[in-house]
Amino acid sequence: MPKKTVNLLLVLATIAVFIVALVIGVQKGEFGGTDSAATEQIQASDPGYKPWFEPLWNQPGGEVESGLFALQAALGAGILGFALGVFRERRKHLGDSAPGEKPVAPGNS
Amino acid sequence: MHIAEGFLPPVHAAAWTVAAAPFVVHGIREIKRTVTEHPESRLLLGAVGAYSFVLSAIKLPSVTGSSSHPTGTGEGSIIFRPPVMAALGSVVLLFQALLLAHGGLTTLGANVMSMAVVGPWAGYGVYRLLRRAPWSVAVFFGVAVSDLATYVTTATQLGLAFPDPASGFFGAWARFLGLFAVTQVPLAVVEGLVGVLLMNALRTWAGPELRRLGFGRDRNEDPSLGAKHA
Repeated sequence: MPKKTVNLLLVLATIAVFIVALVIGVQKGEFGGTDSAATEQIQASDPGYKPWFEPLWNQPGGEVESGLFALQAALGAGILGFALGVFRERRKHLGDSAPGEKPVAPGNS
Repeated sequence: MHIAEGFLPPVHAAAWTVAAAPFVVHGIREIKRTVTEHPESRLLLGAVGAYSFVLSAIKLPSVTGSSSHPTGTGEGSIIFRPPVMAALGSVVLLFQALLLAHGGLTTLGANVMSMAVVGPWAGYGVYRLLRRAPWSVAVFFGVAVSDLATYVTTATQLGLAFPDPASGFFGAWARFLGLFAVTQVPLAVVEGLVGVLLMNALRTWAGPELRRLGFGRDRNEDPSLGAKHA
């Protein structure tokens, strides 16, 4: 199978799993985080347990929190995209050899 | 998979921190060694670190009606070996503990253990075990297992800290597994699929770096990865 077809199928499969998970999940709950679900479970089974340490800093409100999550994703995606872009352009211009490396002939091992 | 701040008894928190610390120290030294021996791999190192950074920020809905996030540590451990991810994963977790109040400083050791140590090692182990399988199958299962193993570890840590009064550790473990692992199964599948996409791209475009790191040598593959699979 050509590589492009494989990659397209991978994307489609990813979307399909995501949709199935969403449709089944919608009937079961509100999609709260598993982290807080675990915290609730601890407090239900162990009502005497008190957290003995508080976060040093709590975001003032959900909007700030989702903004910081978006920032984390954006930082990561930016660096990843930059790196992939550099690799791709280099391959376009220099073929499959990095600067300072002997050119690699196809099939040469 | 974050255990919330203060939600591990002090003895457990201390024990996991002590257990995780050597992995992180070793990981930092491995990064230094890799960068010294292969300066050209810095961009690739940044890419796998950034990948884990993105993926652990994305909370996805799941079949159980709760949402959780992938870890993005499997790809890096396949390329650079697991110790490097112990260090990179810790940076991600520290960022989330300090800025997002997700996880925490007291639970950092336990969270590092699950996401940055056990996950990467389990995924890398599966990838190596499947060396006779087609390459993309090995990547898929390696990545998916690194994701799932992280959450199984978290469930184990919580089961140990909060055993059920009646059914003990196993009863509590089963409950936490029902919460974390079941939610994570479809997300692990998604992460495995996306992992194959990323590795396909890197194999095509970053052949020289991967070759110099010795990537694929253990699979008796043509070392001229990019050239062959362009």
